Formats: sequence, C-alpha cells, structure tokens
Amino acid sequence: MQTTYPDLKGRFGQFGGRYVPETLMFALEELEEAFNLAMEDEDFLEELDHELTHYSGRPTPLTYAENSTKRFGGARIYLKREDLNHTGAHKINNAIGQVLLAKRMGKSKVVAETGAGQHGVAVATACARYGLSCKVFMGEEDVERQSLNVFRMKLLGAEVISVQSGSKTLKDATNEAIRYWAGAVQDTFYCIGSVVGPHPYPYIVRNLQRIIGVETKQQHHTLEEKLPDRIVACVGGGSNAMGMFHPFLEDKVDLIGVEAGGHGIETGEHAASITTGSIGVLHGAMTFLNQDLNGQIIEPYSISAGLDYPGVGPEHAFLSDSKRVIYKTITDDEAVEALIILSEEEGILPAIESAHALAQAFKEAAEMEQNQSIVVCLSGRGDKDVGTIMKVMEGSQ
Amino acid sequence: MSIRFENLKSKTKPLFIPFIMAGDPSPEITVELAILLQEEGADVLELGIPYSDPLADGPVIQESAKRAKGMTIEKAMQLVKEMRKRGLEIPVLIFTYFNPFLQLGRETFFHLAEENDVDGLLIPDLPFEESESLRQRCTEEQISYISLVAPTTSPERLYQIAQESQGFLYCVSSLGVTGERKDFHPETKRLLREAKSFTDLPVALGFGISSRQQFVEVGKVCDGVIIGSSIIRKVHQLYTECPDSWDVAFRAYLSSLTKEEASVN
Repeated sequence: MQTTYPDLKGRFGQFGGRYVPETLMFALEELEEAFNLAMEDEDFLEELDHELTHYSGRPTPLTYAENSTKRFGGARIYLKREDLNHTGAHKINNAIGQVLLAKRMGKSKVVAETGAGQHGVAVATACARYGLSCKVFMGEEDVERQSLNVFRMKLLGAEVISVQSGSKTLKDATNEAIRYWAGAVQDTFYCIGSVVGPHPYPYIVRNLQRIIGVETKQQHHTLEEKLPDRIVACVGGGSNAMGMFHPFLEDKVDLIGVEAGGHGIETGEHAASITTGSIGVLHGAMTFLNQDLNGQIIEPYSISAGLDYPGVGPEHAFLSDSKRVIYKTITDDEAVEALIILSEEEGILPAIESAHALAQAFKEAAEMEQNQSIVVCLSGRGDKDVGTIMKVMEGSQ
Repeated sequence: MSIRFENLKSKTKPLFIPFIMAGDPSPEITVELAILLQEEGADVLELGIPYSDPLADGPVIQESAKRAKGMTIEKAMQLVKEMRKRGLEIPVLIFTYFNPFLQLGRETFFHLAEENDVDGLLIPDLPFEESESLRQRCTEEQISYISLVAPTTSPERLYQIAQESQGFLYCVSSLGVTGERKDFHPETKRLLREAKSFTDLPVALGFGISSRQQFVEVGKVCDGVIIGSSIIRKVHQLYTECPDSWDVAFRAYLSSLTKEEASVN
C-alpha cells in the first residue's frame, strides 16, 4: 500500500525522517500531536473547509482544454485550475491550514521561507486574515528579482527579511527560517511551504494539499464517468504534485512528476534532483539532492523560481524509488513554449512552474488515444512571470 | 571511550573545550591553532567540518565555513594526524553535519578515525532517535559519540540521552544558533543540574559563551565550557590584521578568557 506512509518515525521507506538540532525536537513532536488532534476535530475541519470555500474559492474547476486537445490530436486534456485560488496558486491551501493550526496551538507568530514569493504571499495573506504576526525569510537575490511580491507581502502586513547567507536563494531562506525558528520556538510557528523539511512537515503539507486530488477525482468522474488515464504535475519541493497524486496512488492511473530541466540536464544547470541527484539529508529530511561527492549542496538552476530547489519532498523520492510515479524533466525553453501555447489556445496564462507540467502533458497527450484523458495540475497563474517571459521573448527575437 | 577521553576525569574543572573550523584561515594554521590551544589549557578539541548548509550555526561559524570551503572530513583527519605528530595529546572530536558524514560513509569514517587518532564524533543534526546504531558502532570502535541536550529537552528525554551519552554531555545554553550572547536561556541551570544528576560524565555547556565573566559563572555550575564563535572571530580578526604574529595576541586573548591570574578586573 502506497498510502500508509509515513511510518511512526516519519519515514517514507528509507526517505524522510527528522534530522534537526535537538532544540527543535520538542517543537516537531508538539506540532505532530497538534496536527493529528486537529485532523480529528470536527470544528477545526469545518473551519478549514469554510475558509477554503468562502475565502479561497474552492472547489477550483477542472477545465476541458478543447483547443489544446485538438491541436495535439490525442487524449482529452483537462486542467485542474489551482491558478483560480485566492492569491493565484495552490500555496494558499497549505497556508490557510497551517496558520489556522498555529492559531489553534496558541502561537502568535508565524515564520516562513519563500523563493519567488508565492508561499510568502500566501502565508502573509492567511496571517492577515487570522490575526497573527508574520515574518518571511527571502534570499537577497530573490528579493531583488521579485520586488513586486516583496511589496505585496509588506502590504499584507508581513515583515520581509532579506537573507544574506549562503547563496542568497530559497535554500538559504529555508536555513535562515529554521535557524530563526530554533531561537523563537516557544511562541513561534514555522509554516513551511512545500512537502519538504523534517517530519511531520511533508505529511502535514501533503494532507493539506490532498484536496487538489480529491476534487479532481470527483470532477473528472462527473465529466468522463471514469478515472483519468494519466495525471501530470510539476515538482520542485513537490507540494502541488503530492496533493494531486496522493488520492490516486491506489488507482490505476499513470502519475507523472515533472522536474525543472533548466538549460538541459547535460549542462548541469537544472533543478532535477530526482532525475540526477543522490540520496542525502537537507533541511531535516533524507531525500534525493543535488550535491557533490563530499555532501556539499549544489545550487540548482531553473527559469522558474518555484522549482529552483536542490532537494525534493521525501515522499516523491519514495514514489520514484518504488516506481509508482515516473519523473521526467522539461527545459526552460520547452516550458516557455507551453506557456505561450496555453495562453494562445485557451486564454489561460499559467505560472512558469505549471508550464513545465503542461509541456510534458502536451507530449504525452499527442501519443495517447482520443478516448483517453490526461489531467494537468495547473498549480498557479502566470501574472508573476510576465517580466521573465517578456525578457525571454525579446531575447529570442 | 578512548583513553584520551578517560583522562578527562582527572583534569581540573571546568574543562576548556574550544571549537575551531578545519581549514579556516588555512589548513596549516588550523594545525598551529590546535597546538596553541593545547598549550593554553584546552582539554578537548572540537574540529568543525565546513558545510554549505549549517542549520545550527550563527553568522560567525557560517562565514568561517565559507572561508574553509574545500575542506572535507577526510582532509580534516589528515590535519589531526599532523597535529598528533606535533604533540597534540588532548582528545579530538570531529564536528560535522550529517550529510557530509553520510556521503563519506560510516566504514570510511571509522577507518580514518582509527588511522588518524580521532576520539569523538558530534553530529548536530542527528537527533537521539536517528543515532542509535551509530552510537552502538561508536562504542565498539572506542569513539565517543557526543550527544546534545537543549533547554527545550524534556526531563524524560534528557534522562534517556544522558544515560546513553559518551565522552561528555553537551548542553546547549540557548535556543537558536551558535554565536556570542549576553544571556543564557532561563532553563539552563535546571538543565545542567538535571544533566549532572543523570550522568557521571563531564557535563559541558556551549553556545553563546564569550566573556571571562561567563566562563567563570558557567564553570561554577558545570564541568566544561565550550567556546566556538568568539575564538573563530578572534583568530580571523588577528590573522587578517597580522598574519605573522597573530598567535601572540591570540594567546593573550585566551588567557584573559580562561585563566584566573590573567583576569585583572
């Protein structure tokens, strides 16, 4: 059974676990217990459901991409519209859940890490609504690249801390958030943004994102009266993919995760930790990492800031190892092309992260039968990427 | 436990346990620094291995790790060999994050530790629950596996960890990361008292200790004082200013920190 994980030690097979300094151990135990109790508390579940429905706008639709389907001539292509969530991506599902949990645990302060700023904005949003203070750690380089999201977070009342350490990107923002948390652990909740980190985080985030897959299953059944044949989602840390895949793990459905191939795997400039990485420990979990032979972490590269992470959620490492999910890579160029196609064909501008999943799905759909269907998790909208895409298109002219 | 750790029992307390980063400012100076620290009264040497993502460390040790980039566990072990040749007799423990250790591999580590006279191992991000088989193996190999406890460690957990501790028990004085601080966590005294009642091994305090006053105060309530960031900061500063005679000024600094007679105030 693929769905019985993690085990009591927080492991997915050999992956996951809890590799943190002793100072944080009590906080992780406290968090695990609080989350498990909350998940059995009907009042909490009702509040969460109410907020997801009336605040975030769930359920998000499953849109039939008719023009794209015709263009590729194969399987019917469906888009799970996480881009239509409040704040524009699936990140809010997790942020609402964790911030409500923080409030329930009596913590008054929340800290988070962010790369491009999508998770930071989602956490700042939830903290504004539920009345908690919010500190977001963001690498100095990302602060410069994503100044609009920095301003959005500030507007929402969050404090944005520019991280100067290490390589000044998501990996270092995560280090710094964990370091800060270790020092403030008694009244502060750490709201992690993906299915990464020490147990119970990969488990908590996956469960808060499962709603993506649960809705998809129902909606697809209403439209097609069967299960989809194939599902595709992009994987950085892997939260949208885990949320989408998990409810389908026991079903006869092909699941495909798509990693960022950057400038191409052969160039070494990519963020494909499952495809090319080796087993190691980062940010508290054992998983696949981009690292050198001495165990030093190698900084990843991708056009997409949301996929630009040197590791991957431990459950993905496990599902890859057990071959339940197949992982592929899509380059920057392929993702940009898919983003343009979807904009032109369907009038939907996807996030550059989600465009990686789309690019793979277009390839798959073309080779599938017309009576089959394929679902793409459209994890976010692309408004934030307009500047990047503009530069790419100008550069190629 | 190695014979060098056994010898700690007869040493005057508090034990002085400095932490230095292998390779900072250079491999050669690391060896010299170790010898100098022994001459100035160090009882155990903690030798850090630089890591790209040191979660438990504050800015001073992070910067030190950056300067020492390229140093590995294997190379650091060769430095220990060199230190031994130059007369280092105190126990040396390797301080490394788990990932570099994992990539080197357990077998290689123990092989190198034996070959190069290393006495202990400390992995700050490998908690008690994950270290059981490694602790056992360390016992077999006569390597002391150093365990940490923090102000947030519950009494039950503290008991468990203290019972299984080897070499000495490392108490963390503050929440958060390594680095110099004015105050310790209010639970620190409780932690030390309980720790001492649970083990016969020396109980040492680390994280945040940087002044003579702190050294004296801490020395009264535990058996050992661990000092990292302030030593690293000082060596870096003195070596940058004066690479030829940094050691003279550094000796003076150490005396003012750890020795009774040098304390004028």
